[in-house]
Amino acid sequence: MERLNSVDHFHWLRQRLIADRESHIPTLIISAGTCGQASGANDLIRIAKRELLAKKLTERIRLRITGCHGFCEMEPSVLVEPQGTFYPKVSNKDMPRVIEAVAEGRVLEDLLFKDPKTGTPIEKQSEIPFFKKQVRTLLSRNEKIDPIRIFDYIANDGYLALAHVLSRGSAQWVIDEVKASGLRGRGGAGFPTGLKWEMLAQQPSDRGKYLVCNADEGNPGAYMDRSVLEGNPHQIIEGMIIGAYGTGATEGVIYVRNEYPLAVKHVLIALRQATQLGLLGSNILGSGFSFHIKLVKGAGAFVCGEETALIQSIEGKMGEPRQRPPFPVRKGIDDKPTLINNVETWANVPVIFASGSKAFAQVGRPNNTGTKIFSLVGKIRNTGLVEVPMGMTIEEIVYEIGGGPLDHTKIKAVQTGGPSGGCIPARLFQLPIDYESLTKAGSIMGSGGMIVMDEQTCMVDVARYFMGFFKEESCGKCFVCRKGTQRMYEILDDICTGKAVPEELDLLEELAQVVKDTSLCGLGQTSANPVLSTLRYFREEYLDHIQNRRCPAGVCKALITFRINDACTGCQLCVKHCPVGAIAGKKKEPHRIDPEKCSRCGICKAVCKFSAVEVQ
Amino acid sequence: MITLRINGLEVSVEEGSTLLDVAKFLGFPIPTLCHLEGLSPYGACRLCVVEIGEEPRTKLVTSCTYPAEEGLQVRTASSRVVRARKIILELLLASCPQSKTIQDLASAYGIRQQRFRQEHEDCILCGRCVRICEQQMAAKAIGFRGRGEKRSIGTPFDARSEVCRLCGACLYACPVCELRCTLNEPERAICGACANLSPPCLEKEPFDDMMCYLSPCMACEIKRE
Repeated sequence: MERLNSVDHFHWLRQRLIADRESHIPTLIISAGTCGQASGANDLIRIAKRELLAKKLTERIRLRITGCHGFCEMEPSVLVEPQGTFYPKVSNKDMPRVIEAVAEGRVLEDLLFKDPKTGTPIEKQSEIPFFKKQVRTLLSRNEKIDPIRIFDYIANDGYLALAHVLSRGSAQWVIDEVKASGLRGRGGAGFPTGLKWEMLAQQPSDRGKYLVCNADEGNPGAYMDRSVLEGNPHQIIEGMIIGAYGTGATEGVIYVRNEYPLAVKHVLIALRQATQLGLLGSNILGSGFSFHIKLVKGAGAFVCGEETALIQSIEGKMGEPRQRPPFPVRKGIDDKPTLINNVETWANVPVIFASGSKAFAQVGRPNNTGTKIFSLVGKIRNTGLVEVPMGMTIEEIVYEIGGGPLDHTKIKAVQTGGPSGGCIPARLFQLPIDYESLTKAGSIMGSGGMIVMDEQTCMVDVARYFMGFFKEESCGKCFVCRKGTQRMYEILDDICTGKAVPEELDLLEELAQVVKDTSLCGLGQTSANPVLSTLRYFREEYLDHIQNRRCPAGVCKALITFRINDACTGCQLCVKHCPVGAIAGKKKEPHRIDPEKCSRCGICKAVCKFSAVEVQ
Repeated sequence: MITLRINGLEVSVEEGSTLLDVAKFLGFPIPTLCHLEGLSPYGACRLCVVEIGEEPRTKLVTSCTYPAEEGLQVRTASSRVVRARKIILELLLASCPQSKTIQDLASAYGIRQQRFRQEHEDCILCGRCVRICEQQMAAKAIGFRGRGEKRSIGTPFDARSEVCRLCGACLYACPVCELRCTLNEPERAICGACANLSPPCLEKEPFDDMMCYLSPCMACEIKRE
């Protein structure tokens, strides 16, 4: 690749790539992010390559391997451009048929997505309810780009924003634009990004300044950052270069958690390619401005997502937070001014400069501008990543985009913001998703995790699960968090196993409040949230567990019994499947479960064809 | 000079003072555990928290680490602070009931019971031993390992240290084992009598075999497995 030595040279390359693009040729797009690969996308790719070569179709059909598009429930999926045909859950057996159909310009009706209510097939991806209500500013780019080809990115308006910024030549203008856009940090706290950049710009630059991309993404159930990093790493790099230009930063670090090997691989390739082309490194596009980025891998600690612990980790020390003030913007890595922003925040920066801050601010609501990617998971029909304008209501996201609950259950609550957040009960689903509304309801926006819970989810069990997570991930430096999370877990465990007394609930609330007040860092301070928020909205469940030794959702093993009712036909199926031999009964006679032997595994209920097993 | 308001009193202090320095200077009592004069502040025990800011946006911060700021409002014994200290002391008693330092602190705050499951740990991970070894004795022989429940203090890979000079500073600094009260359980005693105020192994000869890096604490009398 020839190095580009000026902005004009860049525009020349860009025009050439756009002219070379053959948008009329049908393209098979296979989403092969980590989730796609886990669902079998690699086999589809292998088959596609084999078929295209064998049938000599390589000149007539293109194959593009991309990152995650977001409709993870339907993976491995194939998208056909330019028609926009969407084939969900394509099997290895059907893949050759798909290729044949694309070659002949046909559409395979039987393989299309079917509307769950009416059963009618929907051909175009844009018509599918999951996609229709989204505003896919970031995720749609994943469809157009092969992440390991920088030319794909440039041909799709990549690095255009950077060229625009360098042509304009004003660092102050960069900061003003980001402020005007209203972009707020997407990592969870929602701090105004423009303000943070301004603070860094004001720091003395004699010893150098750092920009960091926080890609630690430790929240269980959240994988938005992973998808953006895997599918479109250049957008983050471009965002950081623009940021460096505006703030005077000299060094950049992308801190990726070790558990994202594909993201690490793609970021390293992207860094190399961008440097080779002269878009990153010394004398960027001949402008005299230099900025270097290196990749640092995490080592398996959720606490390293906290910015001061992250700084320690980058410096090679144990990931432990420290008190702020002094804030990283003044004293960060090696005591130098450091600015840390989340992956999604950086990805939004080129969007601001491509469309202008005014256009950016039109999306969403005042003070909550732009889009946000949420990972919609749990007891929901359409699991995946959804990108929506800020201010959309929870109801719209859960029912219209998410498709509502699975089977015949009712949705009870939604957990936002990961373990540090809180649950929002179904009666509050009219709430718009914005920073202030969620905080008032006792939750937080967080990094964008949205876990849907139904009637069969026990809220006390959920609180215990999250507390167990915090207990494991607490760094242990401050006594209150280390011991507090342990003790809160002990009490929650007692409640779930029916051993708790009513005074323990008061103790739990007192302890939760003190842990929130006195912990050193955000991990400890928010560790009490699962408890406090479930107590606020689902106190009856706690009381049922303690006073009546009963789990209304039928989850807590120690408090439930499995019973066989009159619907039993004596078919012996459950007897064969029971792993502990707790079911007795002869053929054609009603069976009985021995509650002493029963391990509450639920297998009998799952295999029974007559719904004869009840949980009490 | 920085001017701030503490418990309603306006005072001017030197730049670089911590809120704990200011409170001590004025005579306001603040309990501490991981703080030791001459060592850098660590902020691990959380006992020294004070309330800063103005209603309704106040928060609790550790006074040992928080620098004095111009115009700051500080309250060292507001109800929120006292509530927090009491729970922290209950948690401490629930972990290390045998430490006289913790017992004294608890009784000063009127704590008569602790409501958690009783544990008997030897270490509260306050880090005084680590800091004194590094900062005052310039040896850096011991440090923290592990995360959360598995966090402990010791030498790298539990190997015998080449830089430890057997000075005993770690034993001197420890607030938990320094004055261990073992009146009711003589078989768990280090020295056999709760009146001992200094570690007995320092008076024994030969001294070389006795250093054990607090794992278990002061095992000079207890056989190592």
